Amino acid sequence: MTNYILEMRSITKRFPGVLALDNVTMHVERGEIHAICGENGAGKSTLMKVLSGVWPAGSYEGEIVYEGEVLSFKNIRESEEKGIVIIHQELALSPYMSIAENIFLGNEVKGRTGLIDWNETDKEAALLMARVGLKEKPNTRIMDIGVGKQQLVEIAKALSKRVKLLILDEPTAALNDEDSEHLLALLRHLKQQGITCIMISHKLNEIASIADTTTIIRDGRTIESLDMSDGNVDQERIIKGMVGRDMTHRFPAHASHIGEEILRVENWTAHHPNDHTRVVVDKVNITARKGEIVGLAGIMGAGRTEFARSLFGHSWGTNISGKVYINGKEANVGTISNAIRSGLAYATEDRKRFGLNLLEDVKRNISLASLQDFVKHGLVDDNEEYRIASEYRTSMNIKSPSVLSITGQLSGGNQQKVVLSKWINVKPEVLILDEPTRGIDVGAKYEIYQIIQRLADEGKAIIVISSELPELLGICDRIYAIAEGRITGEATREEATPELLMTYMTQEKGKH
Amino acid sequence: MSEPVVSEAATQNKFRRALKGVDLRQNGIFLALIALVVFFAVTTPNAASITPDNFSNLVVQNGYILVLAIGMVMVIIAGHIDLSVGSLAAFIGAVAGIFVVRPLEQEGWGWLPQMPWWLGIIAAIGVGALVGMWQGYWVAYIGIPAFIVTLAGMLLFRGMALMTLQNTNIGPFDTGFRAIGNGFLDRDNALGNAIGLPDLNATALVVTAVGILAFLYTQFSTRRGRIKYQQPVEPRTWFFVKLAALCAMMAYVGIQLSRANGIPFTLILLVILIVAYSIVMKSTTWGRHIYAIGGNLNAAILSGINVRKVNFWLFVNMGSLAALSGILITARMNSAVPKAGDGFELDAISSVFIGGAAVTGGVGTVVGSMIGGMIQGVLANGMNLLSVGIDKQMAIKGLILLFAVAFDVWSKKRK
Repeated sequence: MTNYILEMRSITKRFPGVLALDNVTMHVERGEIHAICGENGAGKSTLMKVLSGVWPAGSYEGEIVYEGEVLSFKNIRESEEKGIVIIHQELALSPYMSIAENIFLGNEVKGRTGLIDWNETDKEAALLMARVGLKEKPNTRIMDIGVGKQQLVEIAKALSKRVKLLILDEPTAALNDEDSEHLLALLRHLKQQGITCIMISHKLNEIASIADTTTIIRDGRTIESLDMSDGNVDQERIIKGMVGRDMTHRFPAHASHIGEEILRVENWTAHHPNDHTRVVVDKVNITARKGEIVGLAGIMGAGRTEFARSLFGHSWGTNISGKVYINGKEANVGTISNAIRSGLAYATEDRKRFGLNLLEDVKRNISLASLQDFVKHGLVDDNEEYRIASEYRTSMNIKSPSVLSITGQLSGGNQQKVVLSKWINVKPEVLILDEPTRGIDVGAKYEIYQIIQRLADEGKAIIVISSELPELLGICDRIYAIAEGRITGEATREEATPELLMTYMTQEKGKH
Repeated sequence: MSEPVVSEAATQNKFRRALKGVDLRQNGIFLALIALVVFFAVTTPNAASITPDNFSNLVVQNGYILVLAIGMVMVIIAGHIDLSVGSLAAFIGAVAGIFVVRPLEQEGWGWLPQMPWWLGIIAAIGVGALVGMWQGYWVAYIGIPAFIVTLAGMLLFRGMALMTLQNTNIGPFDTGFRAIGNGFLDRDNALGNAIGLPDLNATALVVTAVGILAFLYTQFSTRRGRIKYQQPVEPRTWFFVKLAALCAMMAYVGIQLSRANGIPFTLILLVILIVAYSIVMKSTTWGRHIYAIGGNLNAAILSGINVRKVNFWLFVNMGSLAALSGILITARMNSAVPKAGDGFELDAISSVFIGGAAVTGGVGTVVGSMIGGMIQGVLANGMNLLSVGIDKQMAIKGLILLFAVAFDVWSKKRK
């Protein structure tokens, strides 16, 4: 008989009007790495919240059997006492506290007096940090280390709670390739120590390389559990399960109709806002033409976003210099409203922090950047706003009950469509999209690509910034590579290969 | 046999459907206000809380807090706070005294020509706007948190009120000035006497009727517009029930006021401000930008909103409204006193939060804050009539604020 550490039997969870989980059943073997895949909104996170006690027993139907006993957690603390620890996508660390303080936050090492024993804390922390391969001092502040290391602190924290079942929600979403590799290696290492791991991820190549079993969830139901150990399951197979259709084509076919040049940026240079001498964007020259989708490839920290934001109304950086021509005329992009007026639009990489007012409805988010266009006799015409927003809701396929729904309640893919609608409605000539598909499921990605292509066909120039090379290769007509703030190479659709772009992207200064 | 059961289920269903489009949270606070009025009507001796004179008092006594709350809700929606408004109201009261009464000529104000009362009011509001520019400059352009700037302002303007008044009071003011705080429209009931209605203030009845008609007209035309654009609207039955109830209440207030001295000028001023600022917050780009800034500052910046400008004018607006409030206080007391408006900033802030605004910004309405202010006003007035001591009154006021916000948090969590 198989040794299951966890069995979830017929879990059903309802929210008002929504069936979030529908009779979900899954089995996790002791000591395996078990991946959970599914589109956004499929119910992965809800399932993990049920497991970890965020949704207490009684608020769902079905049973959870863990280590042979039926569980009924009232809160997270109870699940942690049993050795089930969940690490959320947004890390729960206090930035001003040290690594050691964070590891033992809520679980402090107390001496006989009842006061915190700081020597013991540091000693224990150092041991845990060694276990996860974190080479820092225990008293370093969280804000001073990178996201990759912060993730390791979270795992060290889990280890301090004597974790048996570790749940990671999108652990590598915010990590670069090197940090991701390190994290995956650590998970393999923990597996050898007998820790069972459940990992939610959108990164299918990672799942293919690390998971022993993959459970696919779709529309709140478990579709299938795939045994990954024999190596017969590839990414296409997982995608097929997730979207319920064979998706050999992850990118929609598209024939570009490229016209004359719309955008020309010459010698664009920007310095770091806190360090006026540090060049972050270094004499960048790019062009984009009507109907063209231009890619901007670069590893994290290469200056992609910094370039885009400094161009968009000087919204990042200091000592900005260089010239921007739109349709042959020099454009003033000194403030964001001028940049928008000149025909630029920029959709940010971080929707929640920079893109949307999550408290407001879809309608008001869509109209925000073009509010002036809705003004009649000095007042914003609410009805007209509703009409236009509803049109976008239909044409962009935004899945919400109406445009009066609160944006914070939509899924990531639908929020991204709201951001796109907002910027399309300022009727830009050039639309810069920064990581337009980050954190979005496969099905919604496909739709976003179609929207991008449609916009290009309407005669706009589109600049796509992305960390995912396959994405750029799949949808762009031309790709620039950026490294250390400089454009290090350019390739057309026909020339571009992952290897070529990677060579450009890793080119260091003075070595070309 | 089974027929009645079916029809009962159907009625229940219909009732639930009728309630579906109704915003219970928004309406809940209004119902709480009604419940409070009914409670005091029942408990106060001889229903003293709903006598015509008391109605009149209620409006006039709370007018200056409500004026402050209008500016405050806007400041709070944008994610700021203003602690200086009470002190500023006192300072402007003093300034108005200098402008209009000028008892301190010998102390160096002799160069200033005495102004007619109406010009004095305009000039004093202008000074309030200037003070608002001062605060707005520090908040918007230097980037100092409003809490700090206005905490400093609270001390600064109180000090300036004391300096201006040189530790005395200024008064009395002339009738024109006092009318804005104490006066009534057609107090002598000239209209009523002319048409043979000496016991009821006919002007008040006419104004109420016109007000109700205007209200109905806007409600119907808004609804028609929304239906034309296929926007969701409140269920028909609920819409009519709500309109009937609101009109009945307005009529009741109007009749009560007509049995007293007529409609106070303060009420007219308030209604104009409430309507105007509701429109500002709902339908002007400035108002919408205020919500956007409070909801997500970064997203607002990246949408091309000139956040500094919006914030600057927000404080200019608050300064002007605080000045107006100071004038109302001064007019009502017929004297500019250094201690005027003490603690009013806290009453205004409480009104806003009881009225459903979020501490983190981005959420709130002018009308909600007005209801929040009225809840406090009715409560204080009712407790006075019941001879509840000031000690208990303060404690109850504190608890009401706490429970109102707790209810808000709780109802959001349940969602």
